[in-house]
Amino acid sequence: MARREWSSATNAGRVVGLLFAVLLLLALSGCGERAWNAPHPTREANSNTLFSSFSERPKHLDPARSYAANEYAFIAQIYEPPLQYHFLKRPYQLVPLAAGQVPVPQLIDRAGNPLPADAPADQVAFSDYEIRIKPDMRYQPHPALAKDADGAYRYHRLTEEQLQGVNILADFPETGTREATAEDFIYQIKRLANPRLHSPIASIMGEYIVGFNEFGRELVDAGGNGDFIDLRQYRMAGVTQLDRYRFKVRLRGKYPQFVYWLAMTFFAPMPWEADLFYSQPGMDKRNINLNWYPIGTGPFMLAENNPNLRMVLSRNPNFHGEAYPTEGEPEDGENGMLDDAGKPLPLIDKAVYSLEKEVIPRWNKFLQGYYDTSGVSSDSFDQAVRFGTGGEANLTQEMQERNIQLATAVETSIFYLGFNMADPVIGGDSEENRYLRQAISIAVNFEEYISIFLNGRGVVAHGPLPVGIFGSRQSSDQSPEGINPVVYDMENGRPRRKSLQEARALMAKAGYPNGKSAKTGRPLVLNYESASAGPDSKAQLNWMRKQLNQLGIQLVIRATDYNRFQEKLRKGTGQLFMFGWNADYPDPENFLFLLYGPNGKVEHAGENAVNYDNPEFNALFDRMKNMENSPQRQQIIDRMVDILRHDAPWIWGFYPKSFSLYHDWYGNVKPNLMANNTLKYKRVDPGTRNANQQSWNPPIVWPLNLLLLLLLASTVPAVLVYRRHERSAAR
Amino acid sequence: MIAYIIRRVLYAIPILIGINILTFVLFFVVNSPDDMARMNLGMKRVTPEAVESWKAERGYDKPLLYNAARQGTAQLTDTIFFQKSLKLFQFEFGVSDSDRDIGYDISQRMWPSLAIAVPVLLVGLLVNITYALLIAFFRATYIDTWSVVLCVVMMSISGLFYIIGGQYLVSKLLHLVPISGYDTGFAAIKFLILPVLIGVVGGIGAGTRWYRTLFLEEINRDYVRTARAKGLSETVVLFRHVLKNAMIPILTGVVVVLPLLFMGSLITESFFGIPGLGSYTIDAINRQDFAIVRAMVFLGSVLYIIGLLLTDISYTLVDPRVRLS
Repeated sequence: MARREWSSATNAGRVVGLLFAVLLLLALSGCGERAWNAPHPTREANSNTLFSSFSERPKHLDPARSYAANEYAFIAQIYEPPLQYHFLKRPYQLVPLAAGQVPVPQLIDRAGNPLPADAPADQVAFSDYEIRIKPDMRYQPHPALAKDADGAYRYHRLTEEQLQGVNILADFPETGTREATAEDFIYQIKRLANPRLHSPIASIMGEYIVGFNEFGRELVDAGGNGDFIDLRQYRMAGVTQLDRYRFKVRLRGKYPQFVYWLAMTFFAPMPWEADLFYSQPGMDKRNINLNWYPIGTGPFMLAENNPNLRMVLSRNPNFHGEAYPTEGEPEDGENGMLDDAGKPLPLIDKAVYSLEKEVIPRWNKFLQGYYDTSGVSSDSFDQAVRFGTGGEANLTQEMQERNIQLATAVETSIFYLGFNMADPVIGGDSEENRYLRQAISIAVNFEEYISIFLNGRGVVAHGPLPVGIFGSRQSSDQSPEGINPVVYDMENGRPRRKSLQEARALMAKAGYPNGKSAKTGRPLVLNYESASAGPDSKAQLNWMRKQLNQLGIQLVIRATDYNRFQEKLRKGTGQLFMFGWNADYPDPENFLFLLYGPNGKVEHAGENAVNYDNPEFNALFDRMKNMENSPQRQQIIDRMVDILRHDAPWIWGFYPKSFSLYHDWYGNVKPNLMANNTLKYKRVDPGTRNANQQSWNPPIVWPLNLLLLLLLASTVPAVLVYRRHERSAAR
Repeated sequence: MIAYIIRRVLYAIPILIGINILTFVLFFVVNSPDDMARMNLGMKRVTPEAVESWKAERGYDKPLLYNAARQGTAQLTDTIFFQKSLKLFQFEFGVSDSDRDIGYDISQRMWPSLAIAVPVLLVGLLVNITYALLIAFFRATYIDTWSVVLCVVMMSISGLFYIIGGQYLVSKLLHLVPISGYDTGFAAIKFLILPVLIGVVGGIGAGTRWYRTLFLEEINRDYVRTARAKGLSETVVLFRHVLKNAMIPILTGVVVVLPLLFMGSLITESFFGIPGLGSYTIDAINRQDFAIVRAMVFLGSVLYIIGLLLTDISYTLVDPRVRLS
């Protein structure tokens, strides 16, 4: 009896072992000749497909709502606005995309008479932008455009019964297409004004597009309780269709920056059919809506939309065609960036983006060759990059052995330390407080900050305008205008941070000798608002405390969550804080408006987080913002920057520098910080990729065999002990 | 028994209301509807009008728990709490703050969670019980001593260490399975091997020690001594008598966690890129998506109550002496 029990237990173990072996075989059978740890299916890996990752689920893919970089990574490949940035040329240059050419505004005075292009802004009542779009641009195959034999839309009157079994867009068997027309561009502008959609640019467009706000109010009055509103039935005064391929947008006054907005997906065409299709009952319940299933005319379409796992872009079969640029910067030819000149775009068939929330798996997959490109996190920075004696970034030996390439670019962003100008101690226009801000500006050493906390990935800022933005003057220009004279002295043609003695002298002039109030003798205590309270930020906060302590200032860290931090900014209750801005478009107006008085956060709920308000600066801004780039504009910007440096409402901080790595089979990589639609230019070589993946990832099984052997060997003494136990007398 | 079950279900209602109130209060102590609106509308160019409009559309423009502006019962019913919580009891989870249907997302994401949780539970049970039986067999020997030491060491190590160490060893060094990712159908197996292996190994320490305790408690009982006195071999004693009687606490311990398998594992899913309910919950907390947080807490509570109820019922099934009344 006992033997039978033991035997049945052993048999059960064998069955389980066999099952496990079968499962393992099944799992690895799909691998074929590919490495065992390959995460991508063989067919995809062998095809002309790019593999990359995303770390956060996009919130919106609706072009009227999307305004985040992680969303643009997808929709900018799908939707085509009238304009785009040239892929290779610098400084950034607008070129046509859906439009035939870059529109030149017709300026009009109050009497309705045309004005010359250089007319002063105060004479301009309206600017008319006439946009002619390219013919034969067709939408991707989409069920919203599917028609039956009679020409009626196939899926525009769906019932709940018809929707049974439909879970994703691909469950609709039929698709259709049609040509994008001027009406679709107008339809999308109307969508921007629809209050239901909460477009992030509705407020700014409302300031300029004639009839925009009135249109929004009309829609509110129309109600609809979430039902489809056919926007074609409502008229927006400032937007007119001229013919099938032409439309006109009338703006109030002069707004040269409007063309930059035309390069964003906010202005891409939207067929009314899609709006109607997605607004049918039962669609939202299945998460089938414009937020998750785009419809565009671009080179790619969203073939698989699983934001919890992976997003797949595949070639749009109806793409109207575009060629790789034939011109670029002088060095582009030498760098091979023009090897594909004139070739039809896109150069790849598919792009697979996998969700990778954690840094470690993402980095390892890149090193294994399963992602074609990767950023460099702080954790892996030392493994990937080392700095040479001249401060230049080089790849480590390990990266070089794998032919990994490095691309760096100074971002069109700025991080700054802001002084709340509404605060009586640190802000305001008094000479004493100005000295105080200047002293702190000298003491907070951002060169050190960049070195310690950013692994050198940043450039110290001397003003608000990052590299590549018109009007920006950098310390590397070797010109006096590139140096902030409040914080730096020029020494041997290079900027040198002023000494702490000079900062202390300014403190004394501010009424705080040695950091103590000359009136009361009490130490100066300032509050630093921080949105990060975790252990990771402790070192940074301590560093900040140390910087101000050099002047005898006691810094109180008020760490809180991001919501409370934002609230303090809105209410103006903070004193010092770190903040940043990423460019919407490459124009100085997009940075200088951050310090424009009427944009103050406390009084006007604007983006001027420090509530700086200088009448001279405001007046210069009003002049500068409507000017075309010219020496006169540069002159005004120089004066504005001088005012800012003197008043020191910000410690100018740094412009972050992006580092990205890519494998040698991934081509046409040139950082373009303004363009989001660069996927169409990218090239991959699947053959080289597969060969490298094979050679880098050979399965190593001997430790498994060893483990098995050890387990087997350990059973021998166990069996012996068991036998001895069974033979021994009862105790 | 039916009366007992009905009574337990009725008891569950005030518990769920209490949990809802607690979740609601905790969430809104940290986040205000304004914060939620700003989080959803983005960081740039958010106007106060847009914030108000967002709140009004989603019903977050009402008072939280008490509406002094209304009369009668509307003072309680015309509040965010009442409006948002009542439908949960009908299992209508509504729409997330990013406009996705929560019920649909849950129905999609529970399968990947189960794909990890079920094998980890079953394989873990098999491994832990086998190892515990082995230790019990070699009780009071060096195998027992060192196994207990090993178990204590294993249960003292953070789960995160197992994950990172496992990924490093199995995927990065040995190149045996993908380091992370997921797929559907049979293609999912190669992605599940490592998280399941790590889940099982990570649970050996605590599991084996618990089962060892149960087995040793049984081994010292009179009926075991009687069985041995009858001349039965140790194997038969262990498998036929000790294991069978120890199954009562094992089974009830397993039944209570069964419903919670749906909820997924927060860290494992995040590190392995598994699109389950664990990562769904973490994402919602990070995004301050109250609709999802509330739904997941409610669902977790309901499943836990079901688990406890099933435990009670399973007692009656495995031990005829137990009667529910």
